[in-house]
Amino acid sequence: MISLQHLYKAFGPKQVLNDMSLDVERGESVVIVGGSGTGKSVTLKHIIGLLRPDKGKVIIDGTDICTLNPVELNAFRRRFGMAFQEGALFDSMSVFENIAFPLRRHTKMTEEQIRARVEECLAQVHLELSAGDKRPSELSGGMRRRVGFARAISLKPEILLFDEPTTGLDPVISDVVAELICEMDRTLNTTTVTITHDMKVAFKIADRVAMLFQGQIIEQGTPEVFQQSSNEIVQQFIEGRAEGPLTEIETVDRRKRLRE
Amino acid sequence: MTAVLELLGYYFLNVFEQTGLWFRMLWRTIRWTFRRPFEPREWLRQMVRLGWDSIPVVFLTSMFTGMVLALQTFNGFQRVHAENFVGSVVALAMLRELSPVLVGLMVTGRVGSSMAAEIGTMRVTEQIDALKALATDPVQYLFVPRVIAGIVMLPFLVVLGDALGIGGGYLVAVKLMNANSVLYEQNTYQFLELNDIWSGLIKAAVFGLILTLTGCVRGYYTRGGAEGVGRATTNAVVSASLIILFTDFFLTKLLF
Ligand SMILES: Nc1ncnc2c1ncn2[C@@H]1O[C@H](COP(=O)(O)OP(=O)(O)OP(=O)(O)O)[C@@H](O)[C@H]1O
Ligand SMILES: [Mg+2]
Repeated sequence: MISLQHLYKAFGPKQVLNDMSLDVERGESVVIVGGSGTGKSVTLKHIIGLLRPDKGKVIIDGTDICTLNPVELNAFRRRFGMAFQEGALFDSMSVFENIAFPLRRHTKMTEEQIRARVEECLAQVHLELSAGDKRPSELSGGMRRRVGFARAISLKPEILLFDEPTTGLDPVISDVVAELICEMDRTLNTTTVTITHDMKVAFKIADRVAMLFQGQIIEQGTPEVFQQSSNEIVQQFIEGRAEGPLTEIETVDRRKRLRE
Repeated sequence: MTAVLELLGYYFLNVFEQTGLWFRMLWRTIRWTFRRPFEPREWLRQMVRLGWDSIPVVFLTSMFTGMVLALQTFNGFQRVHAENFVGSVVALAMLRELSPVLVGLMVTGRVGSSMAAEIGTMRVTEQIDALKALATDPVQYLFVPRVIAGIVMLPFLVVLGDALGIGGGYLVAVKLMNANSVLYEQNTYQFLELNDIWSGLIKAAVFGLILTLTGCVRGYYTRGGAEGVGRATTNAVVSASLIILFTDFFLTKLLF
């Protein structure tokens, strides 16, 4: 369904993706983990065509999206839903209008149907309809993230991309969101790619976990396999230790760059 | 010497690049104007924001300009005993030149800047990316309503400015300088041609396009946080004002 093939992407001198490849099957739920600033968000933005790779291909359902013109790409994106790391809510609109936005634009739903759907989406992330009248600037960080999540799922798209959907949420709501992702996978057969730092959430929702390190996927597999990985870097990451090969490699790299 | 040349070269390259970008975005805006879905509510909102909300500014600017113009020309024309023609001068100057340019510049400061700031903020907070992710082209959703509002509303504002400027001139000449009211009125209309009104309105529509599109483009290509938004805003006002003055000259030459 989603196939990232040998992606390279640099911002100025900084090589963020370095021969990165990842495949996601239809209906599969893949979780990408990795250190802060390794390019997880950048990867997600490549999948939906917000960024173009310097080299490599992004194939979605047989279509190389880098070859689409802006109009085709725009139409193609209707199959996606994406929740951004910082929410990225439209601050000129109320919460209700934010979630209704894709419905109004891409469906012929009546006002009542839209209202019902928005209410449903809000309820799924444990927000009341009364929150719909608020402006994004009046919400807490966690609420904003949940609204962003609700907006992403309102059209029930076939591919969902979540950038840290549970960061900053309390453990209970965090679990609610994780449950919701699992449920959508089951009932709607959605293909999802989720980024998270929360290993508990990762193992719960993932069919497959992939770890991004230095611009490449260094390990992937089912949660069980991933946990048993013999890769020292992966083990350090899962356990969240400050000392280990992960930090050592990065320190060596930094020294090397400083010397140059 | 080489440093100066290098700087100059760099500067011109930048100007060319910006001009190219401007026209490319103009073309994209035109193409997206005729594509579904249309957003009439958004169009209306922008028209109100650009047109209706600018009325106080236009009111003061053109009124006082008309008044000052009458005052100055009256003093000058008195010396050659031509004070009867003050009415014609005020009317011609307002219709053909002052009202479109002043309204254009004032609306640039008021609306062009806020468009750049708004879209710039959307850029740095990933709202532009969110629009795209929701299968909505930012040019269609953000540029088209604003540019249309500019093209449609500026002529209305200019008509208002014309009326107020000429009215202000009349007040000053007749009430303050004791000009003959009947003669003044006659002279205001006597030498007018339809073309004087038209040329002002065409200018207005063009300026409306320039100031909105420049605001949008500058905002759209904002880089780097709050500081970037500030820079985009300033840039939008400065470049739109310059383009308006520049275009004004060529339009006058063309429409004469
Ligand atoms: N638009 C951009 N321009 C320049 N550099 C960028 C841009 N976007 C990302 N980067 C750089 O790419 C690298 C990866 O960024 P990215 O946002 O993908 O990190 P991440 O893995 O999502 O981290 P986090 O877990 O903190 O969200 C960072 O070093 C960042 O500085
Ligand atoms: Mg990120």
